[in-house]
Amino acid sequence: MKSSVITFPGSNCDRDMDVALKKFGFKNKMVWHADTELPKSDLVVLPGGFSYGDYLRCGSMASKSKIMKSVINFANSGGIVMGICNGFQILVETGLVPGVLLRNKYLEFICKNVFVKINDKKNKYFKNFDNEVLEFHIAHNEGNYFCTYDQLKEIEDNNQIAINYCDENGKIEDQFNPNGSIKNIAGIFNKEKNVLGMMPHPERMIDPSLSGEDGSLFFKNLINNLK
Amino acid sequence: MIVNEQIAVDHGLKENEYAKICELLKRTPNITELGIFSAMWNEHCSYKSSRLHLKKLPTKGKKVIQGPGENAGVIDIDDNDAIVFKIESHNHPSFIEPYQGAATGVGGIMRDIFTMGARPIANLNSIHFGSPQNKKTKNLLRGVVHGIGGYGNCMGVPTIAGQTSFDSSYNGNILVNAMTLGLVKKNKIFYSKAAGLNKPIIYVGSKTGRDGIHGASMASASFDEKIEEKKPTVQVGDPFTEKLLLEACLELMAGDSIIAIQDMGAAGLTSSSIEMASKGNLGIEINLNKVPCRETKMTPYEIMLSESQERMLIVLENGKEEKAKKIFDKWNLDFAVIGKTTKSKKIELYFDEEKVADIPINTLVENSPMYDRKWKKAKLPKKNKIKKEDIKHLKIIDVLKKILANPNVCSKEWIWQQYDHTVMGDTIQKPGGDAGVVRVHGTEKAVAASVDSSAVYCWAHPLTGGKQVVCESFRNLISVGAKPIAITNCLNFGSPENEENMGEFVECVQGIGEASEYLKFPVVSGNVSFYNQTKDQGIKPTPTIGGVGLIKDYKNMITMDFKEVDNLVLVIGKTEGHIDQSLFARNILDEKNGPPPEVNLFNEKNNGETMLKLIDNNLIKSAHDVSLGGIITAVAKMCIKGKKGINVKKPKYLINEIEYLFAEDQGRYIIEINKKDFKKVTDILHKNAVHFDDLGIINENELYINNKTKVTIDELSTSNKSWLTNYMSK
Repeated sequence: MKSSVITFPGSNCDRDMDVALKKFGFKNKMVWHADTELPKSDLVVLPGGFSYGDYLRCGSMASKSKIMKSVINFANSGGIVMGICNGFQILVETGLVPGVLLRNKYLEFICKNVFVKINDKKNKYFKNFDNEVLEFHIAHNEGNYFCTYDQLKEIEDNNQIAINYCDENGKIEDQFNPNGSIKNIAGIFNKEKNVLGMMPHPERMIDPSLSGEDGSLFFKNLINNLK
Repeated sequence: MIVNEQIAVDHGLKENEYAKICELLKRTPNITELGIFSAMWNEHCSYKSSRLHLKKLPTKGKKVIQGPGENAGVIDIDDNDAIVFKIESHNHPSFIEPYQGAATGVGGIMRDIFTMGARPIANLNSIHFGSPQNKKTKNLLRGVVHGIGGYGNCMGVPTIAGQTSFDSSYNGNILVNAMTLGLVKKNKIFYSKAAGLNKPIIYVGSKTGRDGIHGASMASASFDEKIEEKKPTVQVGDPFTEKLLLEACLELMAGDSIIAIQDMGAAGLTSSSIEMASKGNLGIEINLNKVPCRETKMTPYEIMLSESQERMLIVLENGKEEKAKKIFDKWNLDFAVIGKTTKSKKIELYFDEEKVADIPINTLVENSPMYDRKWKKAKLPKKNKIKKEDIKHLKIIDVLKKILANPNVCSKEWIWQQYDHTVMGDTIQKPGGDAGVVRVHGTEKAVAASVDSSAVYCWAHPLTGGKQVVCESFRNLISVGAKPIAITNCLNFGSPENEENMGEFVECVQGIGEASEYLKFPVVSGNVSFYNQTKDQGIKPTPTIGGVGLIKDYKNMITMDFKEVDNLVLVIGKTEGHIDQSLFARNILDEKNGPPPEVNLFNEKNNGETMLKLIDNNLIKSAHDVSLGGIITAVAKMCIKGKKGINVKKPKYLINEIEYLFAEDQGRYIIEINKKDFKKVTDILHKNAVHFDDLGIINENELYINNKTKVTIDELSTSNKSWLTNYMSK
């Protein structure tokens, strides 16, 4: 399986993602934001970080980078594109996934483990997953997912919610919502479910010595589903 | 503008210093030259009050590759790997403008690290605020935490450990000390010593603006009622540009183009160019029209004194300019050839084809003032005797809960949750433990780091306090299973012109020196911050020690959470019952006098080394050093972290229960061991003549004390975790 991780100026989880993808069997290539051609890939990842310093609106400048034209074409032709954290913010800015990401409800950066419940398994990312609940890790300042009422209805009707913040038993309640996201949304798909944007960082959960190992489950499952 | 004595005084120079400048130059300096002198001769850059005493610190050791004098210290961690690290203060700017002050402190220290070719792998910080009741404290705390997070998070470097304290002596002068560790290959370390004639001097990074002019001078003076006017001296940080600068520099460093490199920190272009020339015993010529400027019509004076952030100065090999420029173009950073090295041994500046400064380098560096300031030796205070009637009514559990909720002991999760502590994917011990630990990427090794300070002990008796901080750092590293290697220090004091404050400095440094010599824990880098003072009110002496240690196999790292019910808990080291200056004495009995706990370096070393032997033999399940709040506080924290309880039994010593549980004697650890290992453990302890107490057995979820009194761990946890969150949300 071939993957590509895009490095924007200010990306800082690109190496971590590279390490994770390689660990679980992807042949990964790092792709520079100013390139125009995407290498042949089975998976394209927009990594976390602070692309362009997040100075205008998180992800907005990166969404206009040269390479993004190819990424958007790739996504529109059914290619698997995953945006993590700042990558999710970039996806939102391109319009590949609906909604926006606002500043966290309590206006503070949050770095901690959270539980998320898988909402939909009819997609390449979560198909065949045994678990319903995963322990993931978040680290962000703008992860407060928001969309209009009409958009929300559409998202729900199409089952586009990928994961919701919950407790360890999968209970989705306000008190387990770390950032104020509407409906505890932690990640969403596009309509066709080949594009996933999510705030949690599975690449930080790939070793028992780190914050946990549910990231390992995620990547193992992903590569198997893509085969 | 014609320079005179009054203008020099307005620049923070003393009358005699101005006279010395005129004498050295054999003429009156012009305004640009005066600016350069004031920047180089202020306390912050010249160390004029501290140099004499810092020389006495032990700085050498088998593992030391580079001691003080460079951008940062470097230690050997085997296999051609080295760790570059340093701590630095950003106290004055952080009080004036907490967000930018703290942010640029973090940015500055990271630049010191990657200037040497190392990729930053961990950040730490030690921050000190006034009393929680002080009306400024909350905003300062929030601003500083946001600033540290804002910069470090954007850079993608994990913040792995820290220390926060509150004390009314910081009401008018908060402390923000930032530390960074970087990883480098031993054969790829870069230094700031220029070499060779006619080599191009390159300016890279952000453009120069009018921000931060006189920042270093501001940090070399006490505060008064005009403090608000000093806001423009605070620099403004741009972590995004610094991230680009980091990547561009490391990319350039992978090749062989660089002769010397120096970041523009305090006193900007002035100190960076002069330091490089001075170390290489060369001259330097700069055309100031070539310096990329953010604003129009900047004068030579402003260009030389600006402390705009995210800039570097490089001496390049001839002919490598194009290749280097390509890299900086790729990262969208300014790149300009602004001058060259010369044999003149002078700094010569040109602007609009006119020579605007011409100063021999040695007058700025070697001939800068050095003072042997008057200082007063501190007396060891007399011991207090605790009166029975003062403690008779005390209920141990209530006292414990109070201590766990004390601002200086309580959980600092509210703070460190705002720092990205997991980016880079190698953080194996998060904040909240004895030390932060990160793996050396792609290897079995891990590096542990801790920051410590004990201002109360230093205030009570500076010599003892100085020793104690080093020992505490030593213990914190050992508690996570790391072998301590070296330290960096950040010496925060009041005015050196005050004999008491100067005495505190001299004796703390002496204490640090004695302990680091004895423990073979040398000082490889550091920074002095004087004038942490508002009018004539100085802070408590606060030397901060940043310690670094190595864990050979990260799988053997120790954490402090109790692991298993029925395991045994021992106290390593002897408890004499020293209550004076303890948290218990100060906060429960309201007794602020008396000496700090004595430091016995032999015991520290012996206990620590024996701990490492136990760890090497895989005999320790969890460990924690005993510090603020004594044995019972340490044990309670291990219970809270491990969500387990313990039955504590006071050994049959002569001292009473309160003294045993709350005393802050030094050189002690709490360890958890498996019952079946008891003999193996005690054999090693006996063999090394280390005193230990059998403290108790781990249970499910309650803390029992001598079978008399108990409390659930949930209750203790609530006491420990709620204070800061409640305080900040009010």
